[in-house]
Amino acid sequence: MRLRQKEITKKRKARNKEYTFVSIFFGIIFISMIGYLIYFDGFKSDDFINSPYNTRQDSFSDRVVRGKIMSSDGQVLAQTDVSEDGTETRNYPYSNMFSHVVGYDSNGKSGLESEANFTLLTSHSFFLTQMKNQFLNEKNTGDTVISTLNANLQSVAYNALGDRRGAVVVIEPSTGKRLVEVSKPDFDPNTIEENWQYLVNDENDSSLLNRATNGAYPPGSTFKVVTALDYFRKKGTFEGYNYLCEGSITLEDHTIHCYHNTVHGQENFYSAFANSCNCAFADIGVKLGGASLRETAEDLLFNKNLPLTSYRTSSFSLDKNSVTPLIMQTAIGQGNTLVSPMHMALITCAIANDGVLMKPYLVDEVVNDNGDSVKKTEPAEYKRLMSSNEANLLGKLMKQVVDSGTASALSGRSYTVAGKTGSAEFDEEGHSHSWFIGYSNVDDPDLVVAVIVENGGSGSEAAVPIAGQIFDAYYANQNQYE
Amino acid sequence: MINIVVELSKYVILTLMIVYTVLCYYLVVGKHASDRKGLLRSQITLTFFLDFTAFLVIFLKTFDYKVVIFYAEMMVYFAMILILYRRIYRNASMLLLNNMCMLLSVGFIMLCRLDIASANKQLLIVACGSAVALVIPVMIRKMKFLKDLTWLYAGLGVVLLGAVLVLAQTSYGAKLSLMGIQPSEVIKLTFVFFMASLLAREVTFKKVVLATIVAGLHVGILVLSRDLGSAVVFFVAYLVLIYVSTRKPAYLCIGLAGGAAGSVLAYHLFGHVRQRVSAWKDPMAVYQNEGYQIVQSLFAIGTGGWFGMGLCQGSPEKIPVVKNDFIFSAICEELGGIFAICLILVCMSFFLTIVEIALQIKNPFYKLIAIGLGTEYAFQVFLTVGGATKFIPMTGVTLPLVSYGGSSIMCMILMIAIIQGLYIYREDEDEEIERHRREAAKRARQRAVEAAAERDY
Repeated sequence: MRLRQKEITKKRKARNKEYTFVSIFFGIIFISMIGYLIYFDGFKSDDFINSPYNTRQDSFSDRVVRGKIMSSDGQVLAQTDVSEDGTETRNYPYSNMFSHVVGYDSNGKSGLESEANFTLLTSHSFFLTQMKNQFLNEKNTGDTVISTLNANLQSVAYNALGDRRGAVVVIEPSTGKRLVEVSKPDFDPNTIEENWQYLVNDENDSSLLNRATNGAYPPGSTFKVVTALDYFRKKGTFEGYNYLCEGSITLEDHTIHCYHNTVHGQENFYSAFANSCNCAFADIGVKLGGASLRETAEDLLFNKNLPLTSYRTSSFSLDKNSVTPLIMQTAIGQGNTLVSPMHMALITCAIANDGVLMKPYLVDEVVNDNGDSVKKTEPAEYKRLMSSNEANLLGKLMKQVVDSGTASALSGRSYTVAGKTGSAEFDEEGHSHSWFIGYSNVDDPDLVVAVIVENGGSGSEAAVPIAGQIFDAYYANQNQYE
Repeated sequence: MINIVVELSKYVILTLMIVYTVLCYYLVVGKHASDRKGLLRSQITLTFFLDFTAFLVIFLKTFDYKVVIFYAEMMVYFAMILILYRRIYRNASMLLLNNMCMLLSVGFIMLCRLDIASANKQLLIVACGSAVALVIPVMIRKMKFLKDLTWLYAGLGVVLLGAVLVLAQTSYGAKLSLMGIQPSEVIKLTFVFFMASLLAREVTFKKVVLATIVAGLHVGILVLSRDLGSAVVFFVAYLVLIYVSTRKPAYLCIGLAGGAAGSVLAYHLFGHVRQRVSAWKDPMAVYQNEGYQIVQSLFAIGTGGWFGMGLCQGSPEKIPVVKNDFIFSAICEELGGIFAICLILVCMSFFLTIVEIALQIKNPFYKLIAIGLGTEYAFQVFLTVGGATKFIPMTGVTLPLVSYGGSSIMCMILMIAIIQGLYIYREDEDEEIERHRREAAKRARQRAVEAAAERDY
């Protein structure tokens, strides 16, 4: 009798095995769902809620006074003043100087004001203070954003550019810290609401456009860095290249001149790069072909997303069907190629940092109203754009440009510089934008600088001196930055 | 002052929910706890306190007297259902009933906060559904012929789903309803009845083939109607039922492989499937289009953080169809991530209770129905919670008992009544066996007495 009972329970257990399996299976599904939610809330959610698309934060301003934006050298870049009757005004002590990069808080928000909106409207005050405020129906103080921007360098760059149009970008290549970002013409964010109609409709100046990140310029000779990299990738060396420059080159009825028709004579790869010889690089480009140039350009993020929240994608048009005249133009940085100063700075960063592009960032640290750290940004690698060897060789080419080429104005200083100038023609009369990209302290690079001066002539005329002033200011106060 | 009440209420609601959740699992594990009845009763007390706190906050934030009226009506409903169940069906699973009340509560709170008109409508449907549902356990006991209607269930399913495909208007990219009713919700019940009645007795290969054909028709029509969520729910229920009735893991493997192949095929064939996948892979990249909904949902979940913004303090209305498919995101935003985790755990306890009931039933037809309905429930929770959190691509199904949706809530109430009916039936089975045993013992004793009496002679 007892034996039968046992048999029955055994049978029943066997029959229920599948049920147990099904419940375990769904149990695992439920648990992993919970796990994912924890992962999302703990690690992932910041990526989403900080998005400028997230307008939820705006309702926070009912309960939080917007936090401050500070420069890395302790200057206030933006703060909210609360008057006696509770009216809040956003105040920008530097007026026009940071207009694009720090941005504005009304009329749709821009710059850091938009990017860090969530943080500025979140309060990490001491919880008792928060409760007291809630009890008294008073607002909490939003967190302070300490940016990577350096107010001193920014003012040097801002003043060096003067009344001219253009942009200056300075980045620390080993970390990706964005130290300077100037764009002109500019505007005063303090009066943005009053002047909004004028600014939006002013197509002549388009002052609201951040030329540093969203400008679209022909790269001019700075693009020869890309052509050179492609050449190296194809040939494996810069040695053995020889070219006799006669001031112009004609292929398939298309003629290209060197700047001011200068005749450079017999050149190797290094001197052709240092002289910024258009004839030699047109010759190189045609030999490489459109498809090859495109591949290297896209490796350097042309036609690709950049690791930034607001930018203009750079365009590069060559492919395997491109005709020779267009290849000649494109290889020397003309043609249909358009690039932003920020993108050229990022390429230079990779060259200065052994081929690795660090993720550029603007927010260094978030602290609460008491100065206690809430969150610190750790430098992070974005992508390797080229091999370490390639980066070093391009650096060598750029060093030559300063030592004996078009940027020799930067040689013989207390620090070393490597760079490339450019004169990007933008109209039929041969007017050109003045470019410079480069980095200082060649052995262990400190700063990457990209400068463009609209209609500034050749690179050495307008852009190089601005870069020089920035480097000088940096090394004059170097202990301040370390 | 109101602010501080609202702020404190966050933690009160969270604490009540955590204690409730712990009790759920304590009751499943410690089945023979001496004070089981007392614990079950304290779960109800916790639910009522949670409701009170939440509705107090909503009232303080809106000063809308409709909230008070709604709260009163809701409490009357809960009181009625709890008393009636205890009076009529003493043997019903009280844990299942408690969990139903808790999940309905969370739903009512969110709906009342989002749109009081929907909350009223939902309560009306729930009340009507519950009234109808009260007779279902009796029906299950009396209507023994339910297990013989195999082809009626199949026919009903295919015809109704087909009608939706041909006649329905497209809304939110899918064809769902006819005259305001979503047949796919009802078919979720009849489909399980079909599978259970076909596979209840001996399972032949022929029957498996028949089941596959009918299931294929259901799933196929749903995919064509673009109701992907329901299609997947049906498919998973089919797989589980085939597996538990044949007890052959091989079928499970073949089915899973088939499902995977089908998904790949659907991805390549249908644009709307590809859209869901691209919105899942990188919603920010397609923010302006198909990614909008999921990004808004993630904003809500992320903004809420662990403790939530507090009731009426977030902006869940920014998520399209928040009342239906994205109620979970609204809960995360206002009540917080920890509350949401408790909610998932309550859903899991709900499912485990159903499996527990299935394990205890001996009648194979009822056993299959229980596990089939349980599977549908669990998988639907997975689809909607996983979809809202971007764990899996969004399929657009409701969170059972919590989301707004007439057909969905109605069928959930019916489904619970069926499972309660099965549970009660199981207790009857036990009682019957007990009675048989008692009678046999009595007869044996009698025989012994008689034999002794005979010996005495």
